[in-house]
Amino acid sequence: MYSASDLRKGLKIQIDGDPYIITDFEFSKPGKGQALYRCKMRNMISGNQFSQTYRSNDKFEKAALEERKMQYLYNQGEEYHFMDNESFDQIFITREHLGDNINFMMDNMEVQVLFFDGKPIDVSLPIFVNLEVVKADPWAKGDTSGTDTKPVTVQTGYELQVPPFVEEGDKIQIDTRTGQYVTRVKE
Amino acid sequence: MLSYEELHHRAALFRIIRDFFHQQHFLEIDTPVRHPVLIPEANISPLESEAFFLQTSPELCMKRLLALGCSRIFQICRCFRREERGRHHLEEFTMLEWYRSGADYLDLMDDCEALVCCCLDEMRRWLSSAGMEDSLFASLSDRCKPTRPWRKIAVKDAFARWSEIPLERALAESLFDEILVEKIEPRLGAEGPVFLYDYPLSMASLAKRKDTDDTVAERFELYLDGVELANGFSELTDPDEQRERFVDEVGTIAAAGGREMALPEKFLADLEKLDTCAGVAFGLDRFCMLLLGKNDIHDAVPFSPRDL
Repeated sequence: MYSASDLRKGLKIQIDGDPYIITDFEFSKPGKGQALYRCKMRNMISGNQFSQTYRSNDKFEKAALEERKMQYLYNQGEEYHFMDNESFDQIFITREHLGDNINFMMDNMEVQVLFFDGKPIDVSLPIFVNLEVVKADPWAKGDTSGTDTKPVTVQTGYELQVPPFVEEGDKIQIDTRTGQYVTRVKE
Repeated sequence: MLSYEELHHRAALFRIIRDFFHQQHFLEIDTPVRHPVLIPEANISPLESEAFFLQTSPELCMKRLLALGCSRIFQICRCFRREERGRHHLEEFTMLEWYRSGADYLDLMDDCEALVCCCLDEMRRWLSSAGMEDSLFASLSDRCKPTRPWRKIAVKDAFARWSEIPLERALAESLFDEILVEKIEPRLGAEGPVFLYDYPLSMASLAKRKDTDDTVAERFELYLDGVELANGFSELTDPDEQRERFVDEVGTIAAAGGREMALPEKFLADLEKLDTCAGVAFGLDRFCMLLLGKNDIHDAVPFSPRDL
């Protein structure tokens, strides 16, 4: 159990059977008055957001979340399949729950899968992934305006802006938190 | 954590405040931080130090010094309040507290106004003498000085204006603090400082009951930019009424499953000798935060717990 003084941004708690993450938190206490813990929360399954103010005596259940290291295998339509490398159990998560993550997932990649109450609800990816550029316009040599960028497509079908010297067949590093280009990698 | 330059600003502020009180013949005093017994307050919980408590305010000793015959006293000290951590709260914080005998809460509102304006003027003077730009304090100064005398709003009127439910119902349903924080405080002090005054009697256990309305106590809070900066009141000097209120408060604390508290008997005994007086507690770290244009009190002290 958590008490009100444990509340902070990023804490995961369970309310009416659902897991919630605190996305915004503020401690308030008018002079001589009661402590108020004002939280904004997001339901980790439905994505719904709501605000709630708690008091010192309130208690909170820890969200029954578990992270397991799994391998991403393949997708079949809306279903993305993963395998536990130790037990060889296989599970799938829908595209809707994965959101933008699908832009950065390659076959056989290791990810952390988040389970709630035994059901997979989300994955967390490595912060940086290396992906191959499959489509890029050639670099016009005459273009010396170093600040320009151009659009390319990587092997997952994700499109992003990169510096003009990146070519088809190059591998580039992408920050999965922002979806932005970091650097070109040599392998 | 403060920068090299900001340390100098904070030091200048402390010096200006001391000068302000010395010029008016206030006696600077220093009282113990550790106490065997504290004032029972339902919503303030103390940190413990072996068999002692760390003070949550220097009120007990300061009022005993008034009873001893001191007429104008001030102190800058550290206070400690357990589990008060937030953008405007530090568990260990710096309090400026002062008392005047023969005065009431209206006199102390005047003191607050004079002190803040004096600090702003003197800080700007100090900045320009040090060859620094005074833009730092200029905008705060523009909000504080032309708006004198500062606005005063009775708690009852603030509820009538901004709360969806009237004060009486808010108190009965124990929603007072929530409405104050969510509906009223955000409206206070944006166009200049505001005094919120005449608090319900139940929220001012050491303040004198108002002669013309016995449901309220002569207590005020000063708000600047929506931040609660100072809390003052006409002191309750009747030992019997004070004892009754303490006993009530001890009962509230016990009923909420809290600690058992003894009454500060020496304080109650000295209260017999206390004449009319008034006192204010003023949050120096918060004032420093507003002066330096910070949003978080942790950025207004030399070291916050985050820096240790």
